[in-house]
Amino acid sequence: MLRAIGLQSVDDLFADIPAAVRIPKLDLPDGLPEDVVVARVTSMLAANKTVVDMPTFLGGGSFDHFVPASVRAITARSEFYTSYTPYQPEISQGLLQALWEYQSLMCELTGMDAANTSMYDASTALGEAARMAHRLQGGKVFLIPRALRHHRRAVLANYLVGTGVKVREVDYDRATGMLDLGKLHEALGSDVCGVYVENPNFFGRFEEQLQEIRDATKAIFVVGVNPIAQAIVRPPGDFGADIVIGEGQPLGTPMNFGGPLLGIFACRQEHIRKMPGRVIGLTRDANGHRAFCMTLQTREQHIRREKAMSNICTNESLLAVAAATYLSVLGSNGLRRVAADNIRRARGLAASIDKISGFTAPIFRGAHFNEFVVRHKKGYPAVHRALLEKGVHGGLPLGRQLPELRDSALFATTGRHTLEAVARLLAELEAFR
Amino acid sequence: MSFRQAYWDEPLLMEKRSAPEVPIDVSELVPPKLRRVGLAIPNLAEFDVVRHFTRLSQMNFGIDTGFYPLGSCTMKFNPKFTEELAALPTVARIHPDQDEATVQGALRLLYELQGILAKIAGMDAVTLQPAAGAQGEYTGLLLASAYHRDRGETRNQVILPDTAHGTNFASAGMLGYDIVEIPSKDGRVDLKALGSAAGDKTLAFMLTNPNTLGIFEEHVLEIADVVHAAGGLLYYDGANFNAILGRTSPGKMNFDIVHFNLHKTFTTPHGGGGPGAGPVGVKKALEPFLPVPLVSLNGRGYHLDYDRPKSIGKVRAWYGNFALLVRAYAYILRMGGDGLREVSDRAVLNANYVRHRLQGVLDVPFGGLRKHEFVASAASLATKGIRTVDLAKRLMDFGYHPPTVYFPHLVEEAMMIEPTETETKETLDAFVEALTKIVGEDPDVLRSAPHNTAVRRVDEVRAAREPILSARMAKAAKPAPS
Repeated sequence: MLRAIGLQSVDDLFADIPAAVRIPKLDLPDGLPEDVVVARVTSMLAANKTVVDMPTFLGGGSFDHFVPASVRAITARSEFYTSYTPYQPEISQGLLQALWEYQSLMCELTGMDAANTSMYDASTALGEAARMAHRLQGGKVFLIPRALRHHRRAVLANYLVGTGVKVREVDYDRATGMLDLGKLHEALGSDVCGVYVENPNFFGRFEEQLQEIRDATKAIFVVGVNPIAQAIVRPPGDFGADIVIGEGQPLGTPMNFGGPLLGIFACRQEHIRKMPGRVIGLTRDANGHRAFCMTLQTREQHIRREKAMSNICTNESLLAVAAATYLSVLGSNGLRRVAADNIRRARGLAASIDKISGFTAPIFRGAHFNEFVVRHKKGYPAVHRALLEKGVHGGLPLGRQLPELRDSALFATTGRHTLEAVARLLAELEAFR
Repeated sequence: MSFRQAYWDEPLLMEKRSAPEVPIDVSELVPPKLRRVGLAIPNLAEFDVVRHFTRLSQMNFGIDTGFYPLGSCTMKFNPKFTEELAALPTVARIHPDQDEATVQGALRLLYELQGILAKIAGMDAVTLQPAAGAQGEYTGLLLASAYHRDRGETRNQVILPDTAHGTNFASAGMLGYDIVEIPSKDGRVDLKALGSAAGDKTLAFMLTNPNTLGIFEEHVLEIADVVHAAGGLLYYDGANFNAILGRTSPGKMNFDIVHFNLHKTFTTPHGGGGPGAGPVGVKKALEPFLPVPLVSLNGRGYHLDYDRPKSIGKVRAWYGNFALLVRAYAYILRMGGDGLREVSDRAVLNANYVRHRLQGVLDVPFGGLRKHEFVASAASLATKGIRTVDLAKRLMDFGYHPPTVYFPHLVEEAMMIEPTETETKETLDAFVEALTKIVGEDPDVLRSAPHNTAVRRVDEVRAAREPILSARMAKAAKPAPS
């Protein structure tokens, strides 16, 4: 091949790299055979304690739901996972249809008309939603709940850097854990471009005031959801939401130590030309057959460049395929069962914890999804450390983010907690009686 | 090579016959105001679902299916062993909020990968957090801005060559910066134009080297001098890293910030458009601003370091696309320093070989060597009424995924070809022969291509004019005239 090009050596291929910037080699060990790498990486990772090794009651945006084997069987189809963004629709119809079906399923869950094929995660979806609210409405302030997963707040701030929009927090009602409507009214003004709330909220508590919040403002209304809860919860579209976002990881993707995740992003039809991200449209081919292709690309970076709605290019498509497969395998019947089962389990667990003297669970009155806040009268951190010593992982301590809850933690459960795991947690908590 | 893609007249999920709904009483579980009525997700037999998506997969083309010379995307073989590693329960079933003591294996892997990537790039520190290349760019620009602000300077101008990726413009645009685009000279950065653009407002100059024409910017040190003399920072877009492994490094070229595309250079699967991973490396002066947390090592083990007062904060949840980082780490171990250098040797050899063999078939503007990719032009075929899009569509009939087309913009009727290192000479020869044959074909055959894919040429104009983005919108739309 070198001869065909008219060169003598491989080094000649790099003759255009000036000597001053050349390096002799990479300062890394030589390569290893596949079996050695597999053994080494497997053994390194064996130092992790999985949620199987250690009953774990963490949620907060990442959940250990059961994933039917069919989901992985489909995402492991190399026609899907070794393809790239379907720029060439004729040869990529399979992925395009799967992604269009994903968009349709997200619309069904959220009550929106349109969805994109994904953002990186819920926190970047929130950032993009706030930017979109600003594009649609102008305004200088975006309202968020004070009780919000901290990284969502942090990412939002970085996504708003170029817009001049400021984030203002609205506190929660100390008795119910829902948004404090009085505080919301105080914060609302003509300079507000958007209002964000979550249902269920950060505390796992259902936010029952979506209609009241909608009615309180003409600003863009953004609602964050848990897609599994949506099986039995009225969609934000019914309450006049403009944009719905959420974390799609529970739909068929393992926790993976926090990544990859799936940012759900959906909106009303009138807003689609201001929506960020890749979208798939339904159309026809030259013979009049149904066909799919990427569309509204003039919103995107490769066409619109600095005027694009977002810089996103690579997204989380394979997780969208996983979500579509997961929802198809479960169907409405299966998804409703998972959602209801999660509520019953969380309720049962909270009641059992609440019975132990010194503990209160949940600390907020009213209906929850699969998470709830637990308080211990002498403070939670000591409980957390003791549980860890016994090989049980408690919930997420809340004191770092919300000082008034320094004695509390956010506990989560899914259908995957065995009776034995729950019994171990309760037995260890009994020690604090 | 002849090829016929499978075609299934596969209904939409929502068109399939659903088993009856089993109502469930949630009155005890959900407050009255929030109770849902109806959920239109069909109830199908699991086997039918598997068959549905299997059929869809057969109407999709991946690297495992065939040659995929999509320029700037580095569509190389995705090793299978890394898929197995990423599926281990010790990857899949650990929660990101677990106590550090219970995830020492994961933290060690992240710590080592930070170090390895820093070495490869010639940088001092690396964050693994960004989810993709574009997010790496966004992060890099936030870092540059924080660096200048820390020195009491406000700079809001980003300079970009006309060969830059669209994401560079979009990332700078999202951040509200003023963009100055400078024209190329002979397919390279025009030093004079750069000199007049750079000044005390220059936040950064973003460059990919080799650039999107596949040409190595041999004046890179002079470029760095111009940018640094103006007080700006030099940003390396790592999309084309596959060309330079073990030959040079962004650090050696005096870049200050670099993003990697692990889904390109370090072959984590593209996943139909994601997930990817876009770590960012920086020189010492920018390290204090990196997102939190970094993974550090102290007397008690591996540790998530949030105590970084000058940090820009976070760009996404938690620590990055961990399952992809595991794949990239394992790939790097497998290849080693010697193997990675060979990656670039072969990638560059393959690109120059295809370019050489296409001489006389298509024009390739600008002389000299190419690195991992090159840009051909179909402009001379205009007299026959053939455009690049027609070549691209016709290539599918021969079982090839088309190259990147109509980019970069400075080449008319551009076709950007990146063969990668994992293709054999036989594959490259067959591709060249197919393209040679296509150029000589009846233009009508090309203009009506593709003929052998699941569907014929797709009406993208119609899709954009009357957007139907969901089953709900399809239902609301008037029946389309056919």
